[in-house]
Amino acid sequence: MEHKIVMAGFGGQGIMAIGQLTTYAGMVEGKHVSWLPSYGPEMRGGTANCAVIISDTPVSAPTVTASTAGIIMNAPSLDKFEPEALPGAKFFINSSLIDRKIQRDDIEGFYIPVNDIAAEIGNPKVANIVMLGAFLEITKVVSPETVLKVFTKVFGENKAKFIPMNQKAMEEGSKYAKKQRVNA
Amino acid sequence: MAAVIYKRTEGLVDVPTHYCPGCTHGIIHKLVGQVLEEMDLLGKAIGIAPVGCSVLAYNYFNCDMHEAAHGRAPAVATGIKRVLPENFVFTYQGDGDLASIGAAEIVHAAHRGEKISTVFVNNAIYGMTGGQMAPTTLIGQKTSTSPLGRTVEHSGRPLHVCELLSTIDGAKFVERVSVDTPANIRKAKKAIRDCFEVQEKGLGFGIVEVLSTCPTNWGLAPNDALQWLRDNMMPVYPLGSFRNPKEAE
Amino acid sequence: MTKVLMKGNEAIGAAAIAAGCKYFFGYPITPQSELPEYMSRELPKIGGVFLQSESEVAAINMVYGASGAGARVMTSSSSPGISLKQEGISYIAAAELPCLICNIMRGGPGLGGIQPSQTDYFQATRGGGNGDYRLLAFAPANIQEMVDLIIEGFDLADIYRNPVMICGDGMLGQMMEPVEFTNHTKRELPEKTWATTGTQGKRKPNIINSLYLEASILEDHNKHLIEKYNKIKENEVRVETVGLEDAQLVFSAYGTTSRIVKSAMTMLQEEGYKVGLIRPITIWPYPYDAFKKINEKCKDILVVEMNTGQMTDDVKIAVEGRQKVHFHGRQGGMIPSPEEIAQVARELLGGK
Repeated sequence: MEHKIVMAGFGGQGIMAIGQLTTYAGMVEGKHVSWLPSYGPEMRGGTANCAVIISDTPVSAPTVTASTAGIIMNAPSLDKFEPEALPGAKFFINSSLIDRKIQRDDIEGFYIPVNDIAAEIGNPKVANIVMLGAFLEITKVVSPETVLKVFTKVFGENKAKFIPMNQKAMEEGSKYAKKQRVNA
Repeated sequence: MAAVIYKRTEGLVDVPTHYCPGCTHGIIHKLVGQVLEEMDLLGKAIGIAPVGCSVLAYNYFNCDMHEAAHGRAPAVATGIKRVLPENFVFTYQGDGDLASIGAAEIVHAAHRGEKISTVFVNNAIYGMTGGQMAPTTLIGQKTSTSPLGRTVEHSGRPLHVCELLSTIDGAKFVERVSVDTPANIRKAKKAIRDCFEVQEKGLGFGIVEVLSTCPTNWGLAPNDALQWLRDNMMPVYPLGSFRNPKEAE
Repeated sequence: MTKVLMKGNEAIGAAAIAAGCKYFFGYPITPQSELPEYMSRELPKIGGVFLQSESEVAAINMVYGASGAGARVMTSSSSPGISLKQEGISYIAAAELPCLICNIMRGGPGLGGIQPSQTDYFQATRGGGNGDYRLLAFAPANIQEMVDLIIEGFDLADIYRNPVMICGDGMLGQMMEPVEFTNHTKRELPEKTWATTGTQGKRKPNIINSLYLEASILEDHNKHLIEKYNKIKENEVRVETVGLEDAQLVFSAYGTTSRIVKSAMTMLQEEGYKVGLIRPITIWPYPYDAFKKINEKCKDILVVEMNTGQMTDDVKIAVEGRQKVHFHGRQGGMIPSPEEIAQVARELLGGK
């Protein structure tokens, strides 16, 4: 199994961070992994995206064109990455910011209002982690426990105090996604 | 038995140099060699030779030598000094090398306060390549690339290296000297020694600019060349100290 | 040792430090600036020196000085900056000094762009500066391989007294992959008796030099260099080959592009095609002989690069007319997709 994931949004939405968390967790779980960011002037506030591959076999192309899953945090990213996705791909849409639904009928959409959920739990900054929680609940790419375990590896030891807040955010995302799956 | 009243410095290798008759590079080499010997630096010195008339200086100084690309001697010296901070590192550069193609390297070596010493030989012309205009060429001076004489309109005014470098904090010793008379030669040697001591004390960057003649490319007999230096170069390039740690004390 | 997830540019720094490199001279340029940043943090901790130079020209000349003084030293840059370093690289090669240079390539020519590219293949393999010289040029495909080649590259630089170049692209510099710093076998390295460290009054002066005014002596020096390069060609060629014995079509690609080709190969194999790959790990010396192992029925080679086909010259030399050499490439920082590569291959294979 090879998960080829695009994660995309505005710069500042924490896209690169959840990409790295997923990749690091994949490595710790013994998978072959790679993380490839878009880089350049658009790093400041423009579109930010990264390609994450979590695979049972060595990673060939680190690029993701035909994705098996997507985390889509803003509307332009949905326009950009929806057409390229593989049939059967699972797309996680930030419905706090994106009004439209998936247009293709061969990919599955999950609509998570991550900014609203993050605001409800009292920290707008963890919207990306809410999304990661929802994403992992459905795709099972890596386990949320591993993500929490590698949190300080990615962000540094001095960020350990934020783990409980991030755990909460992941759980809320996970809960919402589970509910949506039941309703669907 | 006769007493030794003068002998060739151990600071120079005992080989004939390639310099033109009447050129003052020979005197400046001797002074540098003597100071290296007298300060007991030869065993730990690494000299950087430039591109220009003194390109073969690596054959003349009796210490480890590194031949640099045109203008890059201060960068090469930086690399060496950062690896071997206890060694003594000097560059020997002409005015085309230092003031033109290597302007960035010398400015930034001074800017970083690189603990190296530079002997800068200014003869207001490119010697080795056959007498072309240098940034230091005087207004009106005819060279093979300013055949009607340098003009301000076309090429600007002569570049004053000591004046420029003495605006930079990291340059702790800046002095301009000449080797046109025995008295000036003695002063030049003292300046070179003071400059080298600045490095030995770890104070920062030091440079001695030495006004020098180029009888061949100036088209003058050696004596006339010395007089030309006094009459024409000295008014534009006044001798003296621009920065000296002793003054700061 | 355990694996860590590292960004390519930082892994270069970590590998260099693991190899005992204590000196880095460089100038910022995208997409490799994380490397000087990493070195500025890490080198002082081990008693080394990181120095940000005033220019790439100065940086390589600082490397020239430091290497002459006997240090294990490196610099890095990206394409336009590597162009500026060519003067110094030529001098270092001529003076036969060891050093390591990383080029995290971006699109060109000129200021070009900042996205990944492989446009400096000619520059790396033909000697980008003046004169007849060669660099040992490695093109790693992933971060682990890059780390291993850097650690080994420093040793090879010392053994051959020659600059070694690591050619990555923006992708390899920016991406993160697991990497392991295993204990590398220590080689017997020649003593640097030529280094300018001060005579201490105990030996004759050492002179680091690349000037030979006597034509016959310069010719002798050139002959000596060629002998050395021939020895490198004999001993240091590295290549990965896949499926040459029964391939209907053989790809040739290096660096990250070779990984995208491998993804395309998987697609083609699933469709029943037999495809092979020759991946040069050293782009100089070039693995010409590997092409002799291609089965006789195979009539086509497809070269894939992120440039306009610079390696096709080498492939044509290698196949000696046995196969037709085709090219598919993207330029300017565009990255070819496995799908488009597979499609080009299908057309060559007579499919659709």
